[in-house]
Amino acid sequence: MKTKKFVSALLASAVALSLVAGCGGGDKKKPDEKKPAAAAGAVKVGVFLPLTGDNAAGGELELRGIKLANKLHPEINGKKIELVIADNKSDKAESANVVARLIEKDKVKVILGSYGSSLSMAAGNIVKDSKVPAIGTSCTNPQVTKGNEYYFRACFIDPFQGTVMANYAFKKGAKKVAIVQEVSNDYSVGLAKFFKEAFEKLAGPGSVVDIANYQTGDKDFTAQLTNLKAKNPDAIFAPGNFTESALLVKQARQLGIKVPFMGGDTWETQDFVNVGGKDVDGVAFSSAFDSTKAATPEAKAFLDAYAKEYKGEQPGGLTALAYDSYLIALNAMKAAGVEDSKNIRDAIASTKDLETTTGKTTLNADGDPIKSAVIKTVKDGKFTYIDMVNPGDLKVK
Amino acid sequence: MELFQAIANMTAASFAQHMVNGISLGSLYALIAIGYTMVYGILLMINFAHADIVMMACYFAFFGITAFHIPWYLTFIGTIIATALLGVTIERSAYRPLRDAPKNSVLISAIGASFLLENLANYIFSGRPMNFPEIPFLSSIITVGSIKIQAICLFIPVVTVICLCILLHIVNHTKTGMAMRAVSKDYEIARVMGVNIDNIISITFAIGSALAAVGAIMWGIRYPGITPYLGVMPGLKCFIAAVVGGIGNIKGAVIGGFILGMGEILIVAFFPQFSGYRDAFAFIVLILILFYKPTGLLGEKTTEKV
Amino acid sequence: MNHNKRNIMLTLAALVVLFGLACFVQAEVDSYIRRIVNLCLIYAIIGLSMNVTNGFAGQFSLGQAGFMAIGAYMVGIFTVPVELRADVFYAIPMNPHLVNVYMPLWMALILGGVLAAGIAGLIGTPVLRLRGDYLAIATLGFSEIIRIIITNATSITNGALGIKNIPPLNDVRYIFLATAISYVLITLLLNSSYGRAFKAIREDEIAAEAMGINLFYHKNLAFMVSAFFAGIGGGLYGALLGTVDPKNFLFTLTYNFLLIIVLGGMGSVTGSMFGAIIVTAGLEYLRVFDEPLELMGVAIPLFRPGLRMVVFSILLMICVLFWRHGIMGTNELTWEKIIHFVKHPLAGFRKKGVQGK
Repeated sequence: MKTKKFVSALLASAVALSLVAGCGGGDKKKPDEKKPAAAAGAVKVGVFLPLTGDNAAGGELELRGIKLANKLHPEINGKKIELVIADNKSDKAESANVVARLIEKDKVKVILGSYGSSLSMAAGNIVKDSKVPAIGTSCTNPQVTKGNEYYFRACFIDPFQGTVMANYAFKKGAKKVAIVQEVSNDYSVGLAKFFKEAFEKLAGPGSVVDIANYQTGDKDFTAQLTNLKAKNPDAIFAPGNFTESALLVKQARQLGIKVPFMGGDTWETQDFVNVGGKDVDGVAFSSAFDSTKAATPEAKAFLDAYAKEYKGEQPGGLTALAYDSYLIALNAMKAAGVEDSKNIRDAIASTKDLETTTGKTTLNADGDPIKSAVIKTVKDGKFTYIDMVNPGDLKVK
Repeated sequence: MELFQAIANMTAASFAQHMVNGISLGSLYALIAIGYTMVYGILLMINFAHADIVMMACYFAFFGITAFHIPWYLTFIGTIIATALLGVTIERSAYRPLRDAPKNSVLISAIGASFLLENLANYIFSGRPMNFPEIPFLSSIITVGSIKIQAICLFIPVVTVICLCILLHIVNHTKTGMAMRAVSKDYEIARVMGVNIDNIISITFAIGSALAAVGAIMWGIRYPGITPYLGVMPGLKCFIAAVVGGIGNIKGAVIGGFILGMGEILIVAFFPQFSGYRDAFAFIVLILILFYKPTGLLGEKTTEKV
Repeated sequence: MNHNKRNIMLTLAALVVLFGLACFVQAEVDSYIRRIVNLCLIYAIIGLSMNVTNGFAGQFSLGQAGFMAIGAYMVGIFTVPVELRADVFYAIPMNPHLVNVYMPLWMALILGGVLAAGIAGLIGTPVLRLRGDYLAIATLGFSEIIRIIITNATSITNGALGIKNIPPLNDVRYIFLATAISYVLITLLLNSSYGRAFKAIREDEIAAEAMGINLFYHKNLAFMVSAFFAGIGGGLYGALLGTVDPKNFLFTLTYNFLLIIVLGGMGSVTGSMFGAIIVTAGLEYLRVFDEPLELMGVAIPLFRPGLRMVVFSILLMICVLFWRHGIMGTNELTWEKIIHFVKHPLAGFRKKGVQGK
């Protein structure tokens, strides 16, 4: 009996606490509700990102970008923009819930997110049915936007990046390459697949000498790498999550594999360099973004603000893309007003030559951006520009 | 057929490298598996939180060195103590209240504790990976012929063996160890005979967690990049290692760890096309062992008490 | 006898009323609430299915995520409109034998359930000899093996790229019906001699065997029934989300359902229902912890994303430690109790202390 009472008391206090919290949240929102929503109320922009769970690292980096963009562009047509940030727990069911919540409960006009294509795909039907546009930050799987006129994105799609890196590898004289893919990660599998296709077209069949697999969360890659070493490739393409990739490159160097490593835009993260240390010096990866020289005035503003906010860290590609997704939404709302989500959708769809941190962004019919890729490397722990690839320049598409 | 071809194609250097990789991974698994096996031996429960204790220990060591600039050897000692305390705290708060509850309740509590530790770590330390600092001589690379090996990989088996010897000494030749064995054999009788059960269990957890800390430090140096979820998969595999060796048996855990580590490496070495199934290997071994020898390789045969 | 008849009538009436409510929810309520209701219902099916093995037959299995994956993938593979499949399998073409096979949702659901049950039958033969923790870890292992196979069987499952374009199902009526049917079937099973045999096994295996209960047969039956409904639940889950991918079915997903049955009461059908509702709705309610909080103009830094899950896990631990039997323990919410409660509203409180073992 005694413990029961104790528990009841505990539970009651927990409920009371959450009620207080709930009221607190309510108080904060009240000022907006008091004023007529149409006139002076803040414009709500929904953000859903994985802030806990397996993908928390990516979610956090992207949240930075969106918050920074909101700080620099807090207003639209005289109205304040309020971010409603929700965590999707790296879980698909949560992701769908949270987007429905943002639309129905918070009445957001446009949604930004998410890191991770599967999380975005889970939200796809909801934004389509509710006719609220969503802009993906770094969901690179083509399926996200395909056949969904309400989903757009700020990032490259997998086929483009894979092809870019294949062209780059061939241009640098690689005759035979090996691929290491994170078999449970759609991003990695997608990039690897299109890299292989493009490279075999360029260098002939059999030029991809080996494809090794690992699972997300693996820490030890020595077995796969020892196999690769015996095959003696000229270069290794290993797209994947930055934590796993950093360990992979590190272990490869420890095993004496000296050939260049190539990857995708997820590598452009301070954490990749932190974990990889000097071993990741010299890797090549594609990116949408160049932090060393600002492509546009907007990029300059972003770089300055980032340097001020997060001292000693280089802005990552993910952060820049999240920043861009906010800019695309902002730009569309400037043109279409903030009332009707459908008009905002149309305005997003017709985004053309918008100045973003990653150069000029134009969205195609699928809602995917057409922009040039930058090939970058790591030099003494800093991301450095090495080459530029325009979509038109590719030898094999 | 393919197997023969794979062996024929493999050069001696590659094979030697694979063996070295297998030994270093296996000894790391073994080190963590001992912690599982100890707790299981005494309490007859899977300490699902063990993997997360390993994770927390990684963070302790990380912050000790990078944030507080404590020399690494002192940090390591501090980490071991702090982790032992954490283990005891978890035991006291999450397991002790359920001492007389059905086994399943304890198992659920263990899963809950692991869940809590992960979420707490994510909340406090954020989900971004942190780089475990390099320890000068342990992180360096040693080259023998064409075989490359990180110094830590030579060090890990030594640490594992040292830990094993210390443990065996404690368990077999001290009074506490005798009490532990008594509790493990028969909980009720041990209590009646005047063994302070709560103390013995706390000591077990302290030792198990200290081992987790040692494992975590080795793990961190070998595989830097600490995240709140780093313990999940290795934890599961090390538990499997403990089961394979015969749970409750310390030597068995070491053997199981080596079998698993070696097996994982060799399956990729000989069947590269199955590298995507590498993680399934541990589970397949587990199921085979449970099917053919449920008590594990070195486990004692016990009859279920009514 | 009379009471029995009354109870059946009451249950039917309640189902009709609830169905009416489901129709109302479908027609009147916004899609967020509908989605939560749907998720509650689906989680209730899966919670129930897990309770059959874990709560009633006393076999601690952690394989639910794997069986869900099977169900979800049957829906994913067969219900995507044929003309949209090329979009989904954009990287690796779909297996030519499957690419033109289409099934309506109900058929795919049942296929998923049957396949899950079949695989459970295969797995059950070796695994169910094990007890307690061993069984838990072995079933968990199988669920991971299923996931890894799905990840690697790219021409059938599209591997990590996942399957999109599953016709969305955010219809409360449909999902309610599925839940109601599952509920009725499971209740009938548990009230039959099979159910009594499960409970006997849970209480004491050796005694049960001595009573002439075929342990292996009954354990396997419970395991297969559990897998069947987990497969159905998984299929609905896939259909609700409109997309499936292997990472979704990591073994950690099983913990969600473990939570539901622990909270609701291991061995209580109605408890699983309550558990599902509390966990799903509660997690949404706790979202306030993730939002920034200002008390009297001062932002409290403690409130930031991630806190919700910490609070949730602390509540879970409190529940596990101090409220071990959950809401219902092994009891059921019966019509007798409800009627008794309606007649004597206060008497129930006095009696509550003697619940459980």
